[in-house]
Amino acid sequence: MSDQAVSSPYLQHHFTEMEQQADASKLGMWLFLVTEILLFGGLFVAYGILSARHHAAFRAAHEHLDLGLGLANTVVLLTSSFTMVMAVLSARHNRRKALIVFLSLTLLLAAVFLGVKYFEYSHKFHEGLLPGKYYSHQGDTVPGQFMFFSFYFMMTGLHGLHILAGMGVLAWILKRAAAGHFSSAYYAPVDLAGLYWHLVDMIWIYLFPLLYLVR
Amino acid sequence: MTSRSYASEARTYALVLAVLLALTAVTVAVAGVHFGHEVVNVTIALGIASAKASLVALYFMHLRHDKPMNALIFVTGLVFLAVFLILCLIDVETRPVVAPSQTAIAATSVPGRNPA
Repeated sequence: MSDQAVSSPYLQHHFTEMEQQADASKLGMWLFLVTEILLFGGLFVAYGILSARHHAAFRAAHEHLDLGLGLANTVVLLTSSFTMVMAVLSARHNRRKALIVFLSLTLLLAAVFLGVKYFEYSHKFHEGLLPGKYYSHQGDTVPGQFMFFSFYFMMTGLHGLHILAGMGVLAWILKRAAAGHFSSAYYAPVDLAGLYWHLVDMIWIYLFPLLYLVR
Repeated sequence: MTSRSYASEARTYALVLAVLLALTAVTVAVAGVHFGHEVVNVTIALGIASAKASLVALYFMHLRHDKPMNALIFVTGLVFLAVFLILCLIDVETRPVVAPSQTAIAATSVPGRNPA
């Protein structure tokens, strides 16, 4: 095993070698991702049950969503997952410039996603399509659509907060990458940030068909 | 472990992205088709979503070439989510029907506002 693997400045005292440290941190991240799956899972289960019970209301409420914007966001997020995994690959192969470029692209795409979401939300506020007791949309033929929008804002809002937090993490990783911290011997933070980012993408992969496509 | 070249791995990731985008196009196209029962549309949509999620997990999240423990943790999480969903459905779907007038009021009244 190389000197760097044993005596890297990033090796913490409670691990004997870098590979062990990387494996342990990755396992910890996967455990956290499971808690995230259960968090959103709870919302999905609630949505499923309410949607089945108030079928007509949920069906009618779907019509207010813009499929084009949802589709655009799906493409944006899938591409950002690609740029993220390319960033991890670049770190693993010691390509610092490529790492910085791909991290920046991921951040940019995340910002685009939030921009589209802002556009969607402001349109909804304008139309009175708001959650629960704030629902004030006029001219509904099917009553009860406020329930759908309670879920819509809760689920996409929580997801959006996760995107925002992810952007914070990516910005920090980008700063460290620019400072030259990462190499093939030590790139676990990039790897872990990538895992989180792919999970956030995965959640949207399920949100998109359920909210925008089932009509 | 024999390490693949940068270009070779990049090509794999690009291929996965292409498949993900293609599946997205498919799911949008199929959503417009009416199969009679809406359950069919939902099942197909969730099936395609699961295919996409699997690709992300296996290739982008490296589960395919990683230590098996990570995949085990992930799958266990999904198993418990399935238990959660199934038990909730068994509860909710086997309840006796409530008087129709009560359901109508519950569906349209909002706290702080009178029913329409």
